[in-house]
Amino acid sequence: MLSRVAEHLYWMARYIERAENTARMVRVNGHLQLDLPARARTGWEPLIAITDSAPLFRKLYRTPGEKNVVAFLIGDDRNPGSIIRSLRNARENARTIREIMPREAWEQISGLYGSAAHQIGKDELLPDRDQYLQSIIHGAQTVTGLLAGTMSHDVGYDFLRMGRSLERTDMTSRIINVRSADLLPDQGGGLRPFETIQWMSVLKSLSGYQMYRQHVDQSVGRIHVLEFLLKDEDFPRAVFHCLGEIEACLVRLPRKKKAVDIIMRMRKAVSDADLETLEQRNLNRFIDGLQVMMGNLHDRIAETYFRVSAPA
Amino acid sequence: MTIRWREYPAAGVYDELVAPGGRLRAAAKMLGQRLSKLSDDAIRQRKAAADLAIQTMGITFTVYSQKQGGSIDRAWPFDIIPRVIPKREWDRVEEGLRQRVKALNLFIDDIYHQQKIVKDKVFPADVLAKSRNFRPQCVGIDPPLGVWAHICGSDLVRDKDGTFYVLEDNLRVPSGVSYMLENRQVMKRVFPGLFENYNILPVDDYASQLLDMLVSVAPKTTKRPEVVVLTPGIYNSAYFEHAYLAQQMGAELVQGSDLFVDKKDRVFMRTVRGAERVQVIYRRIDDLFLDPEAFNPESTLGVPGLMRAWKKGTVTLVNAPGAGVADDKVVYAYVPQMIRYYLDQDAIIPNVPTFRCMEAGDRAHVLANLDKLVVKPANESGGYGMLIGPQASKKERESFARKIKADPREYIGQPMLTLSTVPTLVDSHVEPRHVDLRPFILSGREVSVTAGGLTRVALVKGSTVVNSSQGGGSKDTWIVDETGDG
Repeated sequence: MLSRVAEHLYWMARYIERAENTARMVRVNGHLQLDLPARARTGWEPLIAITDSAPLFRKLYRTPGEKNVVAFLIGDDRNPGSIIRSLRNARENARTIREIMPREAWEQISGLYGSAAHQIGKDELLPDRDQYLQSIIHGAQTVTGLLAGTMSHDVGYDFLRMGRSLERTDMTSRIINVRSADLLPDQGGGLRPFETIQWMSVLKSLSGYQMYRQHVDQSVGRIHVLEFLLKDEDFPRAVFHCLGEIEACLVRLPRKKKAVDIIMRMRKAVSDADLETLEQRNLNRFIDGLQVMMGNLHDRIAETYFRVSAPA
Repeated sequence: MTIRWREYPAAGVYDELVAPGGRLRAAAKMLGQRLSKLSDDAIRQRKAAADLAIQTMGITFTVYSQKQGGSIDRAWPFDIIPRVIPKREWDRVEEGLRQRVKALNLFIDDIYHQQKIVKDKVFPADVLAKSRNFRPQCVGIDPPLGVWAHICGSDLVRDKDGTFYVLEDNLRVPSGVSYMLENRQVMKRVFPGLFENYNILPVDDYASQLLDMLVSVAPKTTKRPEVVVLTPGIYNSAYFEHAYLAQQMGAELVQGSDLFVDKKDRVFMRTVRGAERVQVIYRRIDDLFLDPEAFNPESTLGVPGLMRAWKKGTVTLVNAPGAGVADDKVVYAYVPQMIRYYLDQDAIIPNVPTFRCMEAGDRAHVLANLDKLVVKPANESGGYGMLIGPQASKKERESFARKIKADPREYIGQPMLTLSTVPTLVDSHVEPRHVDLRPFILSGREVSVTAGGLTRVALVKGSTVVNSSQGGGSKDTWIVDETGDG
């Protein structure tokens, strides 16, 4: 498989996943605000923090209110992390390699961007925001499903899976980082009942609430949710699971040693983390460490497989 | 009963299916009779079935559109009535094409070596001196088997009396063959019954013949050469074809950035398994964009160092750089002389009579007859920059006269031919529409010619412009063997 083709597959999967994750995050945050009393509302600024786009946001908008944040994250062409930009990037990556993927998948990717852009064009405020976001999530999952069901699970598919899994790990770690800290205000003042709601929303941001209930025999609370999102081996958006996915792809490729080493280090860090004693500040530091390793892993994959040069 | 051949207007022009008076030509008889038994609805159904097949097969061509801010893929316009040519007629054409390409390859090889044809004064030195497609970088190079133009697409037309003429030879990166293949697939879906009753020569073996040819011209040292198709990318109008042929041959479809040349002048492609050697490149990029080191330094489509590798013989480029020297409308005029010079034969397929404006007598004739002739620039393709005298305004003709006088080497004049027609579906009845034909000739260890080729049809009434970007479509082309029991 050509490096260029593998790279496009990798990025296509990342962008599809990013669009889906962002849509889910916005949607769940909307629901959360409705569930919280006015004095405990976390507002919309945390989403800017999660997506790491505060400087750009401040340049483009005055206040981090609902209207602005939602516009920025969904349809703002100037925001490289917006849903619409992610979908367009996914489409552009797919377009240059469309002959190697099943026709239906290409049509779905192209159509997903088309309908998303069309609706934004009609009304910036999106009166049916919830439905719109749901259609993005469904559309993205249809792409994933079509590719899983109609594309040969060859080397190219492995790059797609790696892109998707790395993007998932990234989003899960970002959500943990922000939600566990800045987002949840001081827990005093009789707000305790709402803590559960907030942690539930963290799970829901990652589509994890139901699976948590099925597999974790504990009430919804900080330690167990973190434990689940970081260490669960079976939940598809848990960091540990995603790392396993990436490793399973790498073992089929040559020259994988350095990348696999990084995964091993990440895995060990995740399993060694003692969440009972990990205070917020140290949790952030821990997640930052994971993020750095994710960056290294991406660089290693890109270096090894996408930027092939003359043999020594 | 919608098609009545007796009422079909086939006078004053050679129609390939219907003789004057509405009599079906022998090879087209069965087809014509079948068609005339179809009801309006049945015809519409076939047409719809063909459109659907084209859509589901994803047969498209790319048009650049400024308005839509990019390129768009359009469905390939296809007419369901095939063009029928009897095999015994075609055999002669095929022989003529083999002869022609053989002479062209000898000419190109001679031009980049001793230039005997120039020294013997058969081919004028100043035509060569002003050739835009002569590449000094190619002088002295010996491509494997002495073949330069591995893939040639010659455009043929038939005049009023049915005689085939060569209109031009495309020796750089001729395109269209994928449409020829897809047209046949569509026809098999739409009219399966007809294929049972006719002996129609197959075209589907093109991709395997192409691969055989590419392998046969690989550098000598390689046992199992890696063959790739080099495309400028998705925005090229023929990208569909590049992808199609790569897929049919099981070859990688690469872009310039996928390849690199190492210090030992070897070509590699970047794959997830590492760098892999490449020995044969079927390139669909023009010479000047092939290698920024040797040609246009601005080119991002090509591969730096590719010419070094080619000259050293570690890789074969198909077609060879510089092959376009014979793809020039002034050079074209000398092909009959080349055939005589190199092969000591008369040209089997004639050229369209051509007046070379560089010669005083010819120039005077062209200038005096601008209202009757077609004037073409020597180095353009795709019908660009032409003057169609009878249809041009006085102003256009005067402006052309000035251009010819300023740079006579760059222009030729040809009489206006009445291109042959083939019945073409218009709603649910048929009307004659003008066609041309582009067969493809492959030259490697062996020479093979497609059975027929791509028939392009001007869908606009009276028009002779067959280009798909300008209202042209295409038809399946049947070479029919009547000697069999079909």
